[in-house]
Amino acid sequence: MRYAETGYNLEIDLSRGNIERVQTDPKLTELHLGGLGTNAKVLWDRVPPETEPFSSDNLLIFSTGLLGGTPAPGANRTVVTTYSPQTLLMGYSMMGGFWAPELKYAGYDKIIFRGKSPNLVYVWINNDKVEIRDASHLRGKGAVETAELIRKELKEPNAQVAAIGLAGENRVYTASIEQGRSSASRLGIGAVMGDKGIKAIVVRGTKDINLARPAEYLELCNEVLNYIKLRNSNPVPNVMTILQGLGSPQEMLHTDEKWHTENFMWGNARVRKKDYWNKEVEEKWKATQETVRTRLISCYNCPMKCGAIISVPGLSTYMMKCFSKLTYTMAAFADLDFGFRIAQRATEYGVDGFSTPQIMAFAFELKEAGILTDADFAGCPTDSEGKFFWLLDRIVRREGIGDVLANGTYWAAKQIGKGAEEYAHNNIKKHEQLPLKLGMLNPVYFLMYATGEKINITQIEGQFPQAPFMTMEERQEFIKDWTQVPDEKFKQIVLDWEPRGERSNPYYPTVDMSVDIVDWQEKMHYIDDALGVCAGLSSFPLKPPYHIHNYPKFISSATGMDMDEAGLTQVYKRNRTLIRAINVRRGLRRADEKPPEDHWKKRFPELEEKLLDAYYKFKGWNREGIPTKETLHELGMDYISEDFEQRGII
Amino acid sequence: MSKVKKKVKVIKIDLDKCNGCRACEVICSAFHAKPKYSSNNPARSRIRLVRDPIRDVYLPVYAGEYAKAECAGRDKYVIDGKEYSECDFCRASCPSRDAFKEPDSGLPLKCDMCEDDPAQEKPLCVQWCLNDALTYEEEEVEVEEEAKPEDVEIGLESMVDKYGLQKVMDTVARMAKKD
Repeated sequence: MRYAETGYNLEIDLSRGNIERVQTDPKLTELHLGGLGTNAKVLWDRVPPETEPFSSDNLLIFSTGLLGGTPAPGANRTVVTTYSPQTLLMGYSMMGGFWAPELKYAGYDKIIFRGKSPNLVYVWINNDKVEIRDASHLRGKGAVETAELIRKELKEPNAQVAAIGLAGENRVYTASIEQGRSSASRLGIGAVMGDKGIKAIVVRGTKDINLARPAEYLELCNEVLNYIKLRNSNPVPNVMTILQGLGSPQEMLHTDEKWHTENFMWGNARVRKKDYWNKEVEEKWKATQETVRTRLISCYNCPMKCGAIISVPGLSTYMMKCFSKLTYTMAAFADLDFGFRIAQRATEYGVDGFSTPQIMAFAFELKEAGILTDADFAGCPTDSEGKFFWLLDRIVRREGIGDVLANGTYWAAKQIGKGAEEYAHNNIKKHEQLPLKLGMLNPVYFLMYATGEKINITQIEGQFPQAPFMTMEERQEFIKDWTQVPDEKFKQIVLDWEPRGERSNPYYPTVDMSVDIVDWQEKMHYIDDALGVCAGLSSFPLKPPYHIHNYPKFISSATGMDMDEAGLTQVYKRNRTLIRAINVRRGLRRADEKPPEDHWKKRFPELEEKLLDAYYKFKGWNREGIPTKETLHELGMDYISEDFEQRGII
Repeated sequence: MSKVKKKVKVIKIDLDKCNGCRACEVICSAFHAKPKYSSNNPARSRIRLVRDPIRDVYLPVYAGEYAKAECAGRDKYVIDGKEYSECDFCRASCPSRDAFKEPDSGLPLKCDMCEDDPAQEKPLCVQWCLNDALTYEEEEVEVEEEAKPEDVEIGLESMVDKYGLQKVMDTVARMAKKD
């Protein structure tokens, strides 16, 4: 018997309409765990690097994590993997919600799609019964609307639906896959789903998930729940509010937005409004949020409440989480009320709330600069809110200038020319980043921004404080119950890290320390993404309930495999290196590993080179960021070096 | 019938506090798995969350008595502008729906307040509800003495309803011979 996982994948060939249930190799679980790790292995093995994202040979993989659907709190993530049309690299985007556990209860660890359906379809998985069904009646329907319609049509109120909206159907590069309160938004995976002709994937499962050593596993789960209780009643002091607790930033709960509105950039990630937040704004925004927010909600088997049901009077209800309430608001220099209204339409269309507002602000900047013309905006309203609604419609429908903008700021700027590239200033590896511009280079963040394969800082950061504590008392207070550290040396770094002077950014933490810190943070994210546990209870917040010391016990009691910290670290290295290898094979090199020029005002080119050198060396990669033959051998992945040699990469 | 004093276990359900996570279903199905915690499957749970986020419906319901026939009609309730079917509130394992039945055998499920061996201080759904949508109380009430049917009897009754007494008796007799 297989434990924690089902041991089966569903292979669906959309071109031929073929569906197969395929047993997986347990050896791969030992090497890569599951989720992101095994997705990467499938992608490496089966999709040659020459494959275009919108090719029928590209795979679209929906995966549960190894612990997904077991009683471990927060083990609910779905990891979607494909080649990204946006970055042309491996794209993996993830979502919480209820879908992955349902898939496992239906008896599958992954669904692997290949080919393309000639007509728009949805896939209905009801335990052993799997059907590809016509979705022509759902064409153009909103993502939330689609889920509702399908549940009704199938008379399955408990089925979980992952759907795309119009944006995915039209292969907009910022198209998301929406699923209840969650969405897999980044890197254009919704566009690949649309390209394959899949409107929705609907799952209902009523089978068991088995555990190898149940009593031990439940004790670990109870420890995690108890620690969550403890953490919820003991926020971390001396850090800003959104960093104090667990979960994703509690944006649906909090109404105080002084920090974001005054420190994040407005418009096309350029304008800082230092004195924006005042009593009047505070009261107005609080009233807005409390009017539209019906309830704070969670994902499957998680006590946190990171999401909310949003009902704007006159609009259909949708669900929201995290920072998206502000992305549209700030891109349009508008009010929070506008943010909630446009996010409703954007959610139904199914677009990334992170990139899409920036693309629109970018377009209006180009218009102001005379690079785009009035002809491009014929019919566009003049008021700041109306024009964003208008442009959102054009982008999602790929009409006129919207067709160009639908490919994101990097590709749009290339196509527009006339100096438009200067305006696509906030990208890494061709993808829009947080609208954050800071003063002094932080060496740890430099490395995370530069080298991250997910190309999203929130999927790399966490655990280690973002800034030094002001006083020694605060530092001592912070480290006294910091049990999550993999090594005591991290405590000393926190103690010694000063806001100013010799031991401050950018030269402290030192190059070697920075590499160590980044490695720890990455490690936790890679483990979460293989296990399907939410980063909000693990790699993302300070002092989380899951960490390197209890994860091996979770894995071994769930699966029966032997696992310790050293073994888990080895799995992490293998998964990290494999994903790098996939991207190297698609052309990723050192020159691509660059945060936006203006991310920090004070840059240190020499130091930055040293940081990259040290990071690559630590990982066992060469100067170009390519894993070396020795490293690959040590990780049991000689097949990668053979492939590299054949291709002349090494 | 004589009256006796009895401790009644009460789970208080605060719908406003429910975040819809279904941890109650997870732990219930795990606790009642054999061996204990060896598997989990919300479809086997004795608590079900009636959940429709778009309409803001969050309603945890516990499995109660087995009912051999479905109700004659279906009433609807509107509470605070939200419409519920009376089935949403109903604890019965009944022929009209698949809730509160073992997914494989169709045998009825019933909440036992985690009095299973070892008895838990509080039902586990309450322990796992960190948002206090489920809280636990005990009340002392006077009730008429009654014979409580055991699990086996409830299970057999549902089999008899489904297949007829003769068939069940034949099957049991055949199984007894095999041993």
